Amino acid sequence: MKKELMQGNAAVARGAWEAGVKVATAYPGTPSSEILQDIASTYPEIYAEWAPNEKVAMEVAAGAALAGVRSMVAMKHVGLNVAADPFMTLAYTGVKGGMMVVVADDPNVHSSQNEQDSRNWARFAKVPMLEPSDGQECKDFAKIAFEISEKFDTPVMLRTETRVAHSDSPVVLGERKESTVVPGVDPKDTPKYVMVPINVRVRRKFVEERMRKLEAYAEKFKYNVMEINDTKIGVISSGVSYLYTKDAFPEWSYLKLGMVWPLPKKMIATFFKKVKKVIIVEELDPFLETEIKAMGYKIFHGKDVIPNMYELSPEIVEKALKGKAYKAPKIRVKPEDLPRRPPNLCAGCSHRPLFYALKKLGAYVFGDIGCYTLAAAPPLQALHACICMGASVGMAHGAMKALGNEGLGKVVAVIGDSTFLHGGVTPLMDVAYNKGNSTTIILDNRITGMTGHQEHAGTGFTIRQEPTNMVDYAELGKALGIKSIRKIDPYDIKSSMEIVKEEMAKNEPSLVICENSPCMLLRRAKPLERFKNPFYVVDTDKCRGCRMCLEINCPAISWRAGEGETKDGHKRKGTAYINRDQCVGCEVCVQICKFEAIAPGQK
Amino acid sequence: MKKNIKKNGKVTNIFLSGVGGQGTILASNILAEVFLKAGYDVKKAEVHGMAQRGGDVTTHFRFGKKVYSPIIKYGDVDFLLSFELLESIRYINWVKPEGKIVINNQEIFPPAVNLGMAQYPQDVEKAFKKHFKGNVHMINGQEIAKNLGNMQAANVVLVGAFSNFFPEIKDDQWIDALKTLLAPKLHDLNVKAFYEGKKAL
Repeated sequence: MKKELMQGNAAVARGAWEAGVKVATAYPGTPSSEILQDIASTYPEIYAEWAPNEKVAMEVAAGAALAGVRSMVAMKHVGLNVAADPFMTLAYTGVKGGMMVVVADDPNVHSSQNEQDSRNWARFAKVPMLEPSDGQECKDFAKIAFEISEKFDTPVMLRTETRVAHSDSPVVLGERKESTVVPGVDPKDTPKYVMVPINVRVRRKFVEERMRKLEAYAEKFKYNVMEINDTKIGVISSGVSYLYTKDAFPEWSYLKLGMVWPLPKKMIATFFKKVKKVIIVEELDPFLETEIKAMGYKIFHGKDVIPNMYELSPEIVEKALKGKAYKAPKIRVKPEDLPRRPPNLCAGCSHRPLFYALKKLGAYVFGDIGCYTLAAAPPLQALHACICMGASVGMAHGAMKALGNEGLGKVVAVIGDSTFLHGGVTPLMDVAYNKGNSTTIILDNRITGMTGHQEHAGTGFTIRQEPTNMVDYAELGKALGIKSIRKIDPYDIKSSMEIVKEEMAKNEPSLVICENSPCMLLRRAKPLERFKNPFYVVDTDKCRGCRMCLEINCPAISWRAGEGETKDGHKRKGTAYINRDQCVGCEVCVQICKFEAIAPGQK
Repeated sequence: MKKNIKKNGKVTNIFLSGVGGQGTILASNILAEVFLKAGYDVKKAEVHGMAQRGGDVTTHFRFGKKVYSPIIKYGDVDFLLSFELLESIRYINWVKPEGKIVINNQEIFPPAVNLGMAQYPQDVEKAFKKHFKGNVHMINGQEIAKNLGNMQAANVVLVGAFSNFFPEIKDDQWIDALKTLLAPKLHDLNVKAFYEGKKAL
């Protein structure tokens, strides 16, 4: 038996491979992105793709399942909001080949726009949900998901979260075994797959019957496990919450649920008989608690002491359950007194000069999801709203409709290339169709940046790096009905400001596309080659300490305090300093300095 | 080795901290590989996402006969292995009173310090020594790596220094793990970095 250290996401990929999956699709999103990356790089037997968004990904997987092969789709929690439309009805049609829907939650919002508890989707859609707690379970549960899917004619959800998806633990590897379902489409199945009212009503009843059968299955499900130790206290838990509690209170009894929907009612009844008091430990919503209370049980503790927001941890669980008996570790240094280290745009990033230009124009900026959301932070503070993928375009349009001519010259939408293709095309069509006058800027850095460089329909490469068709944003804008389409080089601040100013002032829809602005970390695009000099230095004879260059929050530029004066006698309180190891020579600060105090450095 | 594990049911908690780009994740991968191969159960957790953008990076690494939580309990750290001074002091409260600490003597300024709006903490070493006395070890990882010809190897220098705490693990086991995780062209440099680090503590 080969044992390997695997990240939760890699273990999900392995489980899918061992289960004989043939089609896998996703849109990247933290903490789920590695699943498809791993499938693409490790398992050639599986067709893999980055879909433009989660809705499309869900439909691709659904089509494959309908054609009788095992398929999977992966996304982060908010991705399921996008994919909810096909998902909710797929719950009615069911599948032919097994289908797994992986959804990765992000408690404590490490890298997301909200903190949803995806278990609610399982109840809402009436589909089963499995919740692994470590790598081995990620693999095992992924495998069994396909068996359940085919046995009960349903998509099966696999819910992970940051500490499961991004934790490594040992996983025992197995062989690949394909499904016995014979692939192929069959017109005889039409009533099952055409969701018009007369067929829906039939399937609606099927869904309820299926739920009852799944409830019976949950009683025998081998990953719903009762561990009876000290019977004074019994804990009902699942996923990583179980691990935290087990670590803190190994002596207690446990009912660990591997399947969190539907719940094994008889097993829960038995557990209540076996232990004196029951505590429910779960992250985020009181999901198990609400259900178990609705069954008529009284619990000793649940969300009265366990927080219903942010993530749990061993000490949060211990503190909550020990109450006054909890002894906190000694405080040696107050961490709140230390400077924070928030993420920042990279040195040389093309977003930096663009947002500096927008700030100088005084624009109100509707932002979107990506690294550029960081432009909201001080000192740049040049992004003013951000809710979800693609929202910037429609919101700017709505704001312009609300403001009328008052808004001209003041409002702009910014959106990354991958985000635009995900959810920005349809609202841009709306702007043109409904006679809008908003300006949309596509920050094209040639890759899906923040999630770690995934290809998309605009990069010219597939997930497996094969050359493919590449979307032309200007042609697309034209086809949607946008007449004023301009291209800018964001590294040229003056010219960018002029063009964006003109477009914002126009009483018609505008599309501005950033060119020649690849992500600094995208080696293939050779982002440094365009810069004339390898780095720049501050000429301390000239620097007056005006701090203008610090406004752009470049990681390479810092402030060196110290009274002094320039060569021509201007008093100053300090000077700017450029760290040559971090500077990439993008010349953004050179354009900002009014005293020509930033000059090319010599190697 | 297996016998030792059976006798000792205790889980060892190692906390790694640094700044995105310093190679803390590779360092934690080496630890995980070494202790897994040595027959332990291991768990490792890190926050990805925006770390590439210069944010702080932490990894929780635990090994023992059976490990449940991937996250170390606050205050339960046996070993703090830190790649940057500010990122070491940030987690000083996490360390057990008898815990051991290895710190890379490097400052990387966060934005607020760059902008002159906050002070970079002074006397980090002194603060640690006040509480942990002789259990604090400062390593000039950058300097050692630079002398070997590549600053990037500072993380492996730190791993080399850290390996001194586990005499039951042979050098070969560390070197094997290094070679498993790194591209062949980087083997020579990093093997040297490991031994230089080992000598430095």
